[in-house]
This record gives sequence, C-alpha cells and structure tokens, in this order.
Amino acid sequence: MTKIHPVVMPKWGLAMAEGTVVEWHIVEGSEVGAGDDLLDIETTKITNVVESSHAGLLRRQVAAEGATLPVGALLAVMAEAEVPDAEIDAFIADFNANFEVAAAEAEATAPEPQIIDAGGVAINLLRMGKADGPPIVLIHGFGGDLNNWMFNQPMLAERHSVYALDLPGHGRSSKDVGAGDLTMLSTTLLAALDTLGIEAAHLAGHSLGGAISMQAALDNPARAASLTLVASAGLGPDIDMDYIEGFVRAGRRKEMKQVLQALFADPGLVSRDMVEELLKYKRLDGVDRALTAISGAVFAGGRQTGVLGHRLHELGIPMQVIWGAEDQIIPAAHAREVPATVKAHVLQGAGHMVHMEKAGEVNALIEDLIAR
Amino acid sequence: MSNKSFRQAINEALAQEMRRDPAVIVMGEDNAGGLGAPGEDDAWGGVLGVTKGLMPEFGRERVLDTPISESAFIGAAVGAAATGLRPVAELMFVDFMGVCFDQIFNQAGKFKYMFGGKAVTPLVVRTMFGAGFRAASQHSQCLYPIFTHIPGLKVVIPSSPYEAKGLMIQAIRDDDPVIFLEHKVMYDDEEEVPDEPYTIPFGEANLTREGGDVTIVAFGRMVQFSNQVADKLEKEGISCTVVDPRTTSPLDTDTILECVADTGRLVVVDEANPRCNMATDISALVAQEAFGALKAPIKMVTPPHTPVPFSPQLEDLYIPTPEKIEAAVRAVAGA
Repeated sequence: MTKIHPVVMPKWGLAMAEGTVVEWHIVEGSEVGAGDDLLDIETTKITNVVESSHAGLLRRQVAAEGATLPVGALLAVMAEAEVPDAEIDAFIADFNANFEVAAAEAEATAPEPQIIDAGGVAINLLRMGKADGPPIVLIHGFGGDLNNWMFNQPMLAERHSVYALDLPGHGRSSKDVGAGDLTMLSTTLLAALDTLGIEAAHLAGHSLGGAISMQAALDNPARAASLTLVASAGLGPDIDMDYIEGFVRAGRRKEMKQVLQALFADPGLVSRDMVEELLKYKRLDGVDRALTAISGAVFAGGRQTGVLGHRLHELGIPMQVIWGAEDQIIPAAHAREVPATVKAHVLQGAGHMVHMEKAGEVNALIEDLIAR
Repeated sequence: MSNKSFRQAINEALAQEMRRDPAVIVMGEDNAGGLGAPGEDDAWGGVLGVTKGLMPEFGRERVLDTPISESAFIGAAVGAAATGLRPVAELMFVDFMGVCFDQIFNQAGKFKYMFGGKAVTPLVVRTMFGAGFRAASQHSQCLYPIFTHIPGLKVVIPSSPYEAKGLMIQAIRDDDPVIFLEHKVMYDDEEEVPDEPYTIPFGEANLTREGGDVTIVAFGRMVQFSNQVADKLEKEGISCTVVDPRTTSPLDTDTILECVADTGRLVVVDEANPRCNMATDISALVAQEAFGALKAPIKMVTPPHTPVPFSPQLEDLYIPTPEKIEAAVRAVAGA
C-alpha cells in the first residue's frame, strides 16, 4: 500500500448521494486487518458496515459519528506508524481542498446503466470495473434487481470487470417474460453475454438467479468460468411460497414491509426507501403479469420445479454455494444438496439476502473462487 | 427513467393511455389550439401546455378544442363517459366549477347509484388549483373540499411529478368520475419519473417522511413545504412523519390514524379555505377515533377565511408557508 491511504464514503447503489456515520468500530490508533469492520454507514435505504480494504494503522478518524457526508468524502486516514502527524494533517487538508473537483469528476465518470438487446429482449445492465480476463456477471433473484448487488459490485470491480443485470420482468428490463421458465431466463442471460461479446464469465447468482446461472452453465458449459450460488434456487424443492405469493400480492407499504422483513436476519434493515422502491417497481405495467408467470413456472404447486444441483458434477469449473444460516425463503439445508467438489459456506447472522448482510465475506469468497 | 417535469409527467400519462386505449380522448379549451383559425396547429396544449403534442399524434378526433362554455363541454364529457368513451376533460381553473357543477355532482357522481350499479362514468376532470400565481381570487382557489363532499366522486391531488403520472393513469383506468387537481405553481417541478406506464392506487397514503414525534398531514404543494420542515427539524431532534393522502376521496383514514397513534401529535396543512376543509375533516376524524393517543391539541395550518388576495404581498401572507408549518410543529412538539 501507499504510505497514506484514505477511507472514503462508499457509493452503494446508483441513487446514493450521501451517508451518515452511525458508529465507529475501531478506535483511532488501532491496528486494522484487511476486511475488518471500520464503521457503520446509514443511507436512506439501508445501514451497512464499511470494511477496511487494507491492513494498517487507523491514524485518524476524520468523520464524527452522526455526520452526514457526500459519497467520496474522507472518513478516515490509514498510514504506517512512521508517517509523521504533520504529513497526515497535510494529506487531509489536501484531500478536502481537492474534494469538490474530485467528486465532480467521479460523478461525471460514474458508471451508467445501459439497455442492450438480448435475443429480442431489452435487458438493463450496469458495468463496473475494467480489468482483463473473464468478467463477473451478477444475477439477482425473484423480484430483485441489479441494485441488490450494491455492496458487492463496486468492491469486486476494484479488481475485475463486473456486470450486474436486470432479469426479464425485473428492474428496467423488458416486462415480457414469455413462458417465464428457467429456459427463457437462462437463454436470455446467454443472449446478453453474446451481445456483450463475453465468451466466458464468472457467474454469481442469487436465489432464482442461481438456478438461472446453473441452467445456463449446464446448457453451455464453455460460457461459465466459475459458479457462485448464493442462497440459490435449483438445489432442492423447498421454497417459502408465503413469501413469493406475499411479494406478488403486496401493493401497500405495510404489507410490502412485512413481506420484505423475511429476507433478512435483521428485519430492521428494511427501510422506507427500500419498500418505496419495490412498490414503484411493482406499480409498473406488466410487472404483475411477469411475476405471476415466472412464479407459476418455476415454483409451480409451491415447489421448485427446476432442481439441478445433482447435475453440477457435469461441470469441471470452480463452484461454491453460499448461504445465510437464518434464511427463511430457501432453507440453508439446501447447501448440502451439491456434489462434494462444490464447497458450501453457511454464514451465521444472515438471512436470504446474505450478499447484503454479509457482503464482505461473500465478496471475499467470490474473489477466492475466481483466484483458483 | 429520466427527470421529468410535473407537466411532462401528466402529458406522458395522457399520451401512453391514448396509445393503449382508443376510447381515451382529451377535450378542453385550446387543448390543441388553432382550431378553425389560420396559423399554427397545436399552438397551445391548454393554457399551460399540458396537452401539447397530443393533437399531432392522435388527431383532432381525439383531442378536442371546445368552446369557452364549461357547462356544455363538461356535460358533453359526462355523456361521452356514460356512453363508452374515457374522456379527460380540462376545466382550465377549478374556480370555474360553478358553471358546470350540476353536470359533475348531480349527474356524473350519481349515475352508478341511480342506475343500480349498471352505469359506469369513467370521466377524468383535470383542473388547475391553488394560490401563488398572482392570478387573483377567481383563479387561485383550492375548492377540493367541495368535490370531496360529494359521494360518487374520486378526488386526487398529486404532490410531485412521479405521483402525477401514476395517479393520472390510475384516474383514466378508473370507472368512476375522478377530479384530478393540478397545483398551478408545480408544473415546472422536476424529479425522476419512469418512462413506462404505472399506476398508483387511490386511497393509499404515501409517507414522504417517517418520524416518531409529530404527524403532519398535507396535500399537494403543502406536502413539499411539510417535507422541508421535517428535514429542518429532524436536525434539531424533532422527527416528523409526513402523510400525503394522495386522494381526499377515498381517504386513507387507517394510515392517518396509525401515524397519529405512533406520534400522538398532529398538524394538518391545507391550502383550502379553513371552514369545512380537509384540515377540519381530518382533525374531526382523529379527535373521534384516536383521542386517547393525542398528547397535544391538534393544530391546523390553513389560510384565513377570505378570498385569495390579488396584492402579491397579501397573497404571500395568505398561503400557508414552511415557517407557519414549522411554528405549528414546534408548538405541538413542545406540548
């Protein structure tokens, strides 16, 4: 690392402009390991922890608890012990003096979502990072969108090209889902890779997105460089249909909030903004029909119809499953329904949205798998 | 998704519904403009340009310029709705309701009931309301409490561009007569509005802020003022819930009562004349249904009981302001 390393306000999701420092977990002057929790940041949408990307000494806490600061603002300074205080002071002064210009530049060059044609289906996607090698492609679950990866995509993009896409019927993609089954969804995923000129990708899918990734990899083994299945569908028959039906039905704020709380080990994470964003999505013409079609095809009769875990041995690529121990939607026991060559990680203190609640650990597992 | 103005949001809602359903028509004074005169077609799009661009796409058959005779064209719209079309009629200023009110409250609002539920009247009356436009007492009133008083009418007051588009599409698809009130100083407000069509259900309040100390219920432009106050006071440790009911009829009484049960304090902000308005209506509701939850007397922030003054200085004093809302919130929070 360089001698002095700034810790700045992260940007979680396209809409985030500022965040509030809730609590510091590290006192000034302590040694910090890479991946250690530094502080909690609250946005209008969610509260999450900022982890240290470097090991070193936390020399200065610049942002006080309770302070609301823009994305990119200086939160803390890490540096080796031999760096004199005067140099730290100068670094902070310099950073703050240049902040407005730097923030404007970051704003101007911030990644923007784009809509591509994937075999006749309009697919919205967001690209971050510009590394060589196979990119990572993130595929959300039923009712989600690319913003579900807000704690993963920016971090993974530090070392990789990372795409997150909106599935058909979701986000800003086309609401026409045809039969709404795994074949339609995985065919569209592969068509999106074709359009983007991606020969092989590290696929990471959450929930229904996991089943779609598996289906795509099994149909076209050459297209998958690795497979990360997060709280994945497709590994067993069980699914909490109360959640699925509740989500499809929920049109009111209160109903939606109750439904969403089942997704997290900590139901307090469900904020007004999160509820409002999902209601806005569900109000769009065609969404109700799309969700009903997908749910009817992939969860017919209250059971998962496409169980593919037993076929994973056909794939000779690095694979893993990641689960939250407190998952209420798809039981964590499904993590055992994979061949022994597939490493299973069950993380404590997380529910179905394990990639949000334990983002740092999930990111590290994805990095490790890719490095293999 | 892109930034759109309040005006664009309503225009897009009209255009998308006209594309979706050939029964949707728009009509009103100069809704296209230029009818029967030499010069520019589609010159106006209504007095503030909301319907501009519809006539070139949908033609004069579906975008009708009407005579300056509200009693005639609102009546025609009611009849068209009763016989199979889905008209969106523009009553330029709500202040002109007096000459066409029988058509609205005695005809459109009653058909469903008088014909045993067999008649539908899918009419939308778009109309401008509100003070602050230096337009004097005959072009500045709110008057939505009068429509709210009539069973059989639905009454919608959007508070932002996002709200306006979704509520307008809902209004057009609704089988009952809907009075859709557009605050005339909000047409250039902008925010992110989805490009796709979407609907916001009637009778479901929106919480634009959530807090534990004071509930503020507000309508239309007053929602924006209340949000400003809530944001300011949040920093001082007074946290407010702001309830935007979106529709005065149906009214989401459940949400209002739940919020008051949480906070125990209520401020109602209403730009309408203070007697028999939404503020008195909601205050009565809360006094009757949630008296035990109240920790302080209810405060109403309204204009005085007088016509809207023409003098700009007096008009500014007349309209409820963020400062007046803030004072009311502080008064109940301290009690």
